Amino acid sequence: MSSVARKPLILGSKTYKDITDDICAPVEAPATKRWFGLLLGAKALFLFYIVHIAIIIGTGMGLLGVNHPVAWGTMIITFVFWIGIGHAGTLISAILYLFRQKWRTSVARSAEAMTVFAVMTAGIFPLIHTGRPWLDFWLLPYPNQRGPLWVNFRSPLLWDVFAVSTYATVSTVFWYVGLVPDLATIRDRAKTKLRRLIYGTLSLGWRGSSRDWAHYEIVYLLLAGLSTPLVLSVHTIVSFDFAVSMLPGWHTTIFPPYFVAGAVFSGFGMVITLLTLVRIGFPKFKDYITIDHMEVMNKIIMTTGLMVGYAYGSEFFIAWYSGNHYEVYAFTNRAFGPYWWSYWIMISCNVVIPQLFWFERFRRSIPVMFVVSIFVNIGMWFERFVITVTSLHRDFLPSNWGMYAWSWFDSAILFGSFGMFLTIFLLYLKFVPAISIAEVKPVLYVGKKRPGHEGGH
Amino acid sequence: MGQRKGGIAGLWYDDHECVVAATKVREAGFKKFDAITPFPVHGMEEAVGIKRSPIPYIAFGAGATGLLAGVGLQYWTSAVSFPLNVGGKPFFSGPAFIPVMFELTILFAALSSVGALFAMCRLPKIDPPVIDPDLTSHKFALFIPEDDVGYNADRCEQLLKSLGAKEIKRLSDY
Repeated sequence: MSSVARKPLILGSKTYKDITDDICAPVEAPATKRWFGLLLGAKALFLFYIVHIAIIIGTGMGLLGVNHPVAWGTMIITFVFWIGIGHAGTLISAILYLFRQKWRTSVARSAEAMTVFAVMTAGIFPLIHTGRPWLDFWLLPYPNQRGPLWVNFRSPLLWDVFAVSTYATVSTVFWYVGLVPDLATIRDRAKTKLRRLIYGTLSLGWRGSSRDWAHYEIVYLLLAGLSTPLVLSVHTIVSFDFAVSMLPGWHTTIFPPYFVAGAVFSGFGMVITLLTLVRIGFPKFKDYITIDHMEVMNKIIMTTGLMVGYAYGSEFFIAWYSGNHYEVYAFTNRAFGPYWWSYWIMISCNVVIPQLFWFERFRRSIPVMFVVSIFVNIGMWFERFVITVTSLHRDFLPSNWGMYAWSWFDSAILFGSFGMFLTIFLLYLKFVPAISIAEVKPVLYVGKKRPGHEGGH
Repeated sequence: MGQRKGGIAGLWYDDHECVVAATKVREAGFKKFDAITPFPVHGMEEAVGIKRSPIPYIAFGAGATGLLAGVGLQYWTSAVSFPLNVGGKPFFSGPAFIPVMFELTILFAALSSVGALFAMCRLPKIDPPVIDPDLTSHKFALFIPEDDVGYNADRCEQLLKSLGAKEIKRLSDY
């Protein structure tokens, strides 16, 4: 025994059966009024989103604020924002799995669900941003009668097609493989035929044979090992969309690690936002997603927040140190030009506010972490706004300068995308066990004495 | 495990006891018996005598295939089928082709591992018989099939009981 005892990961004196009952309860109980209320709200926002996307597709991209010189706007900003959100889920489910962090078990399912839904939300933006979404299949290298003319494999935008679609596929498969044993649990508890049929189909007839578990655990490890470089590659490639160009403010080698740190930062912000709400909605989950879990994630938020802070500083230093006038101007203009407010919103939300987490009292306070996580979300959206818009709006030639013409449709798709994400997330909370039952049970006795067993484990 | 067959199952309410029992059942000479547990129980693979899964080799092979597919696709489309001069870069632009090679490696390896998992576990199974619905929740079972070496229903029941099984179930079809 070490002198520092481990803190229990699951509170209360629970048995395996209690775990099953607690986690299956929200799936099996009739939906609450509060859930319906939230779903209705999210759904309304989602419909609002669909309508505005339909208008944009029907009329054209001109409805948005994109123009010359700011040809990339809300679509790209919000795409990068949502893709970034997804990264925390993969970090929790894959990277922390490889590092044998047992606390991940309680939050992995929801974080990974968040990943899948965030990538779904993100994926729509570049498809519409093409301007003619009905021709989006041109993004794929398929044999055609125009030569055949192939896609340009030297373009970061094409790398993005492969990276994001691989990421979406592998995260979804990883999430589903993790779900199979839990869906089998729901199937075996089913009281009605219909429920048995649905969950029986989804669980693929999983029975929990030890031979199956042996394969299953290896595949889970493999998927974690494959997802880890994958998730790092995705935001690296997203950053290449900017960094491979020649534009001052974009053309920097710091972008890949800076984007990945920012992605993890924003993702954990969203995990905290969602899980504080899940804890309120399902009070029983407080024994599984404990304050200790939240505190660890807040520490990650602060760490990655400091990393992005370092990146902001480093960009300025290198701009000055390089002696390149355009580079120096791009950064001075960011902080003190017409878009100064967006830069300082970014700095205060991402660098200043998370410093609260130096204090244990704030790290362990649910209201404080909720508010901070909202600021992190806002700040990270503005980070992408700053990178995209401030770099484009004033480039080499003053005759080429302009401003982004933010329109009603920009706001509509930005806020509407939350409707899509929240609708899917609420449905997930109702129909799928939101904590991984089969992963939580093996850590039941961590930091606790096991009844009927001498010593500890 | 192929065709459905009958056998006898003992149920435990504690994972450790079930692991200990599995070791004893293996020492008693049974080869084809299996454990059914709600979660992967630590030490069960050794106790039942399960060999390490071959899936990592499949994943490696599939990953290598994906990598070659990435190289082949980009080489053939960019340098053979329709060579286009893009900014004076070589037709086969090695470094620029790395991202797609990498993504295809991951994609092939991941999907093949999951495919192999389904194949090896013989999933999906359509409405397979279940020994006890609580085996996906809080009970742990050992199942000795009737075609195992030296199977005798009464002797097996005796053995499982002596190892502390809380319930015994005889099955004609599992």
